[in-house]
Amino acid sequence: MNDMRLTERNVASDTAKMRARKVQVYYGDNHALKDVDVDILDKTVTAFIGPSGCGKSTFLRCLNRMNDTIAGCRVEGEITLEAENIYDRRVDPVQLRAKVGMVFQKPNPFPKSIYDNVAYGPRIHGLTRSKAELDERVEQSLRRAALWNEVKDRLLSPGTGLSGGQQQRLCIARAVATEPEVLLMDEPCSALDPIATAQVEELIDELRENFSVVIVTHSMQQAARVSQKTAFFHLGHLVEYGDTGQIFTNPRDPRTESYITGRIG
Amino acid sequence: MSSSLFTQDARTTARNAAERRFRACGLAAIVLALAALVWLLISIFSAGAPAFRQAFMTFPVTLDEKALDKEGGRDPAKLSKVTTVSYAKLLALGLKAKAEDLGLETTGMKSKDFAKMISEESAASLRDRVLADPTLIGQTIEFTVLASGRVDGYYKGRVTMKTAVKDKNTSPEQLALADKLRAAGVLDIRFNWGFFTMPDASDKRPEAAGLGIAIVGSFLMMALVLVLSLPIGVAASVYLEEFAPKNRWTDLIEVNISNLAAVPSIVYGILGLSIFINFVGLPQSAPIVGGLVLTLMTLPRIIIPTRAALKAVPPSIRDAALGVGASPLQMVFHHVLPLAMPGILTGMIIGLAQALGESAPLLLIGMVAFVRDFPGGFFDPAAALPVQVYNWTVRGDPGFVERASGAIIVLLIFLLIMNAVAIVLRRRFERRW
Repeated sequence: MNDMRLTERNVASDTAKMRARKVQVYYGDNHALKDVDVDILDKTVTAFIGPSGCGKSTFLRCLNRMNDTIAGCRVEGEITLEAENIYDRRVDPVQLRAKVGMVFQKPNPFPKSIYDNVAYGPRIHGLTRSKAELDERVEQSLRRAALWNEVKDRLLSPGTGLSGGQQQRLCIARAVATEPEVLLMDEPCSALDPIATAQVEELIDELRENFSVVIVTHSMQQAARVSQKTAFFHLGHLVEYGDTGQIFTNPRDPRTESYITGRIG
Repeated sequence: MSSSLFTQDARTTARNAAERRFRACGLAAIVLALAALVWLLISIFSAGAPAFRQAFMTFPVTLDEKALDKEGGRDPAKLSKVTTVSYAKLLALGLKAKAEDLGLETTGMKSKDFAKMISEESAASLRDRVLADPTLIGQTIEFTVLASGRVDGYYKGRVTMKTAVKDKNTSPEQLALADKLRAAGVLDIRFNWGFFTMPDASDKRPEAAGLGIAIVGSFLMMALVLVLSLPIGVAASVYLEEFAPKNRWTDLIEVNISNLAAVPSIVYGILGLSIFINFVGLPQSAPIVGGLVLTLMTLPRIIIPTRAALKAVPPSIRDAALGVGASPLQMVFHHVLPLAMPGILTGMIIGLAQALGESAPLLLIGMVAFVRDFPGGFFDPAAALPVQVYNWTVRGDPGFVERASGAIIVLLIFLLIMNAVAIVLRRRFERRW
């Protein structure tokens, strides 16, 4: 794995943006996630790795309560955003999701124009006061998603007409347009070709300046390339969590070592 | 030794033969279905097309003061006591005078025979016209009458010289005179607007029967069904599909909706009779009751396709909307409903089309009644297109067979229009994306 640029890795901040303590997730009777403790640091890319079905996506979806939409799913324990428990009764998940944005595995732009896709979040949250301000927000978001130069001449053409990589970047632009504090990405590159993947990865690194990013990935190389912190999940347990360099070069748990060297998974 | 690819082994031959047989069966089924459809259309159109053409006669009628207003003075109360019999006599005289004027042979024709060539309906419309304008009395006016059902049928092949010999209502002499009148331009066959505008007529006047009230009644009911069942159906579907918890109760509701869609429509008629008429006390034969009954019948048939359309919206779109912080309601109204709209509209139109063609429940709430006055609103008695078809097919005069088929054609045209609207709306909604 000589493409791991471990030297570039320096955690920008030590303040925890989100904190998870003793998180349990059940799907009906199935105990899918057991005793997960994680701190998501501010302005940091955190990668969740692990074999399929290990619970990493489940945990990601706990962070903005997308699991609420799944019938029979139950979350216990405590997850806080800026010291506020997001599973508190008083929390409206809709408000939470404006602060904790999400990008999904498959690019899922709305079947509307590129402009409307990006403008949707600011519109429903009332983030802009005028059309000019909204235009500016759309442009800024598209620039952040490294898509502006490709689409600036066809903002009104449908978002579904873009290529797969462009669609995913459009989804990222849509997510950052609401100025979230945390951006969750659920295998954002698994449906993309290597070139588009490289673009998205580069983008993730840039997004780190403004947001804390949590990315679930199947590719250990990707985790190594983009993240500063890595968490390894296995069979519903958080096996190991630490600096990415340490996880990949000097794992403490034998299961982590087996996984990253390709013996389990 | 391996076998050659150039020769088919026994299994391959058998499989290919099975496929050919299956294809042949499928093709045969399609051909059969098409043939049945073509046959149906041909029989309906050949039987119904004549209903759109009608024989009219135009001649001068002298509105004799002695016959209509013996005392003079044009007292409306007295004028209204003069029955259509007197007017029918004047019409017969007018026709006779016209025939003699033209020098047409009328041997063997009594004045009763002239009267029989004219629809009884025309005496009534002449009376209406005189009552509306009594100054016409004493004048001679040019008046257009409907030819009687038999004369009309003669030009549509229903009546022949042969059948006329034994027919009490006509005679070969009348038909021969009709031919001469036609040659002279007195009788002509024109497009029958009255078929769309006139009310139903009694058993002996098929030539005057029209679909006017049935069209108005069906239109009123469809408007009510649309206005009630679209919002209720869509709201119920959205709630069940997007918001309702999945538990035993919602399962029960789901099963019940499916069962309701399969309940025979006449049961809804009984329900409507007992609830809307007997309990609530709404008037019989009224479009309000018909519309409500058809709404009840249509609701499950709209909810099922609407739910299917909502279900077909990819979950990734819901995730995307929720992911940027849309509330569930915003998710539904901004993303799910617009995407499901083509499917919802199709279900809606199919439901409406079924309701438009439904006669059984309407029979039970009295829409089978004979109605002559146009309804002024939802609470006045009216007829309905499919019930009118039923009504005409049970009548004795062969003239009504043609009317019934004509009504079916009108019904089919309405259904075609509705389907066309559905297709146009579908296109519009699909093009937006």
